[in-house]
Amino acid sequence: MPKSRRPLSNEHNFTAYLFLLPWLIGFFCLTLGPMLGSLYFSFTRYNLLSPPEWIGFSNFVNIFTEDPTFQNSISLTFQYVFLSVPLRLAFALLIAMMLNKGIRALGLYRTVYYIPSLLGGSVAIAIVWRQIFDGEGLVNKFLGLIGIEGPSWISHPDYIIYTIVSLSVWQFGSAMVIFLAGLKQIPADLYEAAQVDGAGKVRQFFRITLPMLTPVLFFNLVMSIINSFQAFTPAYVIGDGRGGPLDATMFYTLYLYLKGFSFFDMGYASALAWIMLLIIGALTAVLFVTSKFWVFYGDSKEGR
Amino acid sequence: MRSKSVAAAVKHAVIIIAGILMLYPVLWLVSSSFKPNHMIFTDTGLWPKAFTLDNYANGWKGLQHVSFGRFFANSWLISIMSVLGNLATCSLAAFAFARLNFKLRKLWFSLMLVTIMLPYHVTLIPQYIIYDKLQWINTYYPLILPKWLAHDSFFILLMVQFIRGIPRELDESATIDGCGQRQIYGRIILPLLVPALITAAIFTFIWSWDDFFSQMIYLSDIKLFTVQLGIRSLFDPSGQSDWGALLAMSTLSLVPITLIFLIFQRYFLDGIATTGLK
Repeated sequence: MPKSRRPLSNEHNFTAYLFLLPWLIGFFCLTLGPMLGSLYFSFTRYNLLSPPEWIGFSNFVNIFTEDPTFQNSISLTFQYVFLSVPLRLAFALLIAMMLNKGIRALGLYRTVYYIPSLLGGSVAIAIVWRQIFDGEGLVNKFLGLIGIEGPSWISHPDYIIYTIVSLSVWQFGSAMVIFLAGLKQIPADLYEAAQVDGAGKVRQFFRITLPMLTPVLFFNLVMSIINSFQAFTPAYVIGDGRGGPLDATMFYTLYLYLKGFSFFDMGYASALAWIMLLIIGALTAVLFVTSKFWVFYGDSKEGR
Repeated sequence: MRSKSVAAAVKHAVIIIAGILMLYPVLWLVSSSFKPNHMIFTDTGLWPKAFTLDNYANGWKGLQHVSFGRFFANSWLISIMSVLGNLATCSLAAFAFARLNFKLRKLWFSLMLVTIMLPYHVTLIPQYIIYDKLQWINTYYPLILPKWLAHDSFFILLMVQFIRGIPRELDESATIDGCGQRQIYGRIILPLLVPALITAAIFTFIWSWDDFFSQMIYLSDIKLFTVQLGIRSLFDPSGQSDWGALLAMSTLSLVPITLIFLIFQRYFLDGIATTGLK
């Protein structure tokens, strides 16, 4: 037998590496190499024209001590992430709960609520958003109908962030579809048993639905945070493309883009990119560590 | 019984009204694109009081004598090449991970998982420098080549999970019939993988179509512009835009994505549900 197993494993090895070749080239040339490259550049001054000049930790020292734009963009981006992600997930869960339980025309509703997620990433929708939130746009006309005088959402630096958050929350459909799939997995007999024991709807939600959904919720949370941190198009198009008004749309990725591709300060931009990687890594690590305490993987996985 | 059906009707009403509110911005965009320029911001109703196609004619002329037709053709080219690349290289990699035993498999697999979560920006600048040195700025290579190197690892994972669901007995009986691993990939796994391939194709198409950031960084020659870049150039944030033309072209830019979604929505929504795509 060993005789016949060897050629088989050789065939596996050869075929596997042949099939993996494109990915391996991509991994080394587009991921690992460039990652190390940007780590190196982050310790240099480099403008593409003259060779990179080693300056040690200067970029990082500058970023943390004398760069108010960096501090502003970090806090703006955190504001955006911590406003938009919980709101988006809450809406997604709420509508998913309404659509669950064998409602008629589910397919149609699911499609309608998904369409914003489909279109939301385009420049076209960002332009529409800028227009309907404008001082005399649709949103303020609607608010006027119920007697509220809305501010000029776009031109006022305090309010433009809410315009961008609302565009993100509007796209709750994709998270909703994942929640719907998760809800379908919850065995109906759990609810029947709870009903027999006299648990009301609210109690059922907190004692059955929410714990059973935590794996899906966890997944949604991690992916939404990572993606929101990298939001670019809405800030670029709804703002003026340079972070204005008054740096109120200077999201982290926009700042990085401007440093790298407007000022051609590639070293500085690389340092910003690595700081971003560390922040996202830290956030993800925190979520994974705390997940032990709140994410409930059913008996099926633990038992086996 | 009666109160139950009333409750159901109320629930449907809430869902429908919320759904209309959700779609309102899109409907506003489509309806405004058919209104004469001076009425776009005065006539707020969804049904245009006056109907015109001028916006489409004006918008289609494009910028600096390059028509929007060119931008659309460019976007289609980039998206289709990206789709083909992702399907070919991701399915090969996924087959290797899911079915073959090879040295360092676990290491490569975990590295692949890590790259899914890696932010694009940490590799952006060296990639730009490499493409610059290769004189590939103002070509489509920076946008298409990564797809031919299975750079979107998310789709590898999607396909790995799908292949794991295909019974191994099929492979084994094919082996008995004398098929090698490469034939198993081509004759057995690939045909059964079609639903996952469609999901990956749709998402790749949409993401490439909407990938404003990369397009903006790598393309500055107006003849190479994509639809997204064309729209952004029609739009002047200080307020002097030809709004009719802008909204008309914006509407057109959403048509391909919407059509693809409506045709393939079963694969699409099930794909999201099983893999948790964006």
